[in-house]
Amino acid sequence: MKARILVSYKDSVLDPQGQAVRNALHTLGYEAVRDVRQGKVFEIELGGVSRAEAERLLPEIAGKVLANVVIEKSSWEILED
Amino acid sequence: MKFGVVVFPGSNCDSDAFHACRDVLGQPTTYLWHKDHDLQGVDCVILPGGFSYGDYLRSGAIARFSPLMREVRAFAAKGGLVLGICNGFQVLLELNLLPGAMLRNKKLKFLCRQVTIRVENDRTPFTRSARPGQVLRIPVAHFDGNWYAPPETLKEVEDSGQVVFRYCDPAGALTEEADVNGSLHAVAGLVNKGGNVCGLMPHPERAAEPVLGSVDGLVVLKSLLENRS
Repeated sequence: MKARILVSYKDSVLDPQGQAVRNALHTLGYEAVRDVRQGKVFEIELGGVSRAEAERLLPEIAGKVLANVVIEKSSWEILED
Repeated sequence: MKFGVVVFPGSNCDSDAFHACRDVLGQPTTYLWHKDHDLQGVDCVILPGGFSYGDYLRSGAIARFSPLMREVRAFAAKGGLVLGICNGFQVLLELNLLPGAMLRNKKLKFLCRQVTIRVENDRTPFTRSARPGQVLRIPVAHFDGNWYAPPETLKEVEDSGQVVFRYCDPAGALTEEADVNGSLHAVAGLVNKGGNVCGLMPHPERAAEPVLGSVDGLVVLKSLLENRS
């Protein structure tokens, strides 16, 4: 089973790297870009678990390890059964 | 006072901390391997600076799962003294032994320079030999030292006097420029509610002998000895 977890700063937290990317895009003439938030992607392969178990595991892994919940939020999706 | 310096893969200030404790302070000191399960009867645990686990995932995020950290957590819960320096501070935040989290420095640069910090709370075991408001010259070397906490946590931390050090100018004034990494309220170091766990970004062990250009770090290290008597 393949899954993906996305981790990025909470909206309330300043993201200086995202801002630097946005500024670079503006310099290149991409004026339409209003904001950029940078984050991390985790592609995860799971084995020996049911879909229901995976749906329980993924947010647990995201909240306990992959994201620091003080500053980051996470989302997950199952890509392939 | 017996010191224990924890060694993670990627720690690079462990020898400096060991030297400061054993050779400068003249105290019995031992290394504690991160995979061990025993604190060897130390009175103070030091989590040194460096790049534990290559800073993978987040600074300090993987180190918190080291077997020895279970012992450190139990030791801290019983009131044992724990000092986290730089990466050690980041590990303490990840362990939730101290409040908040670290963001990348506001100017997105690795900062390696001498800074000045002001002692905000001189009633902790880590600052007992400091004068209130004393300005210390101690170097920093970090990429992720921009301390952040949500508003309710920040208020709690301030109200309970948990801010131990703030970045300041050489005269002790808090200026935007002096807050080198953009930390909220210029926080450079914190203690937990019990006052026995302290984390700071500056490196006291790198300011512990005249040959290093400053001995102000000894104020922190010697406070720990005073605590014992």
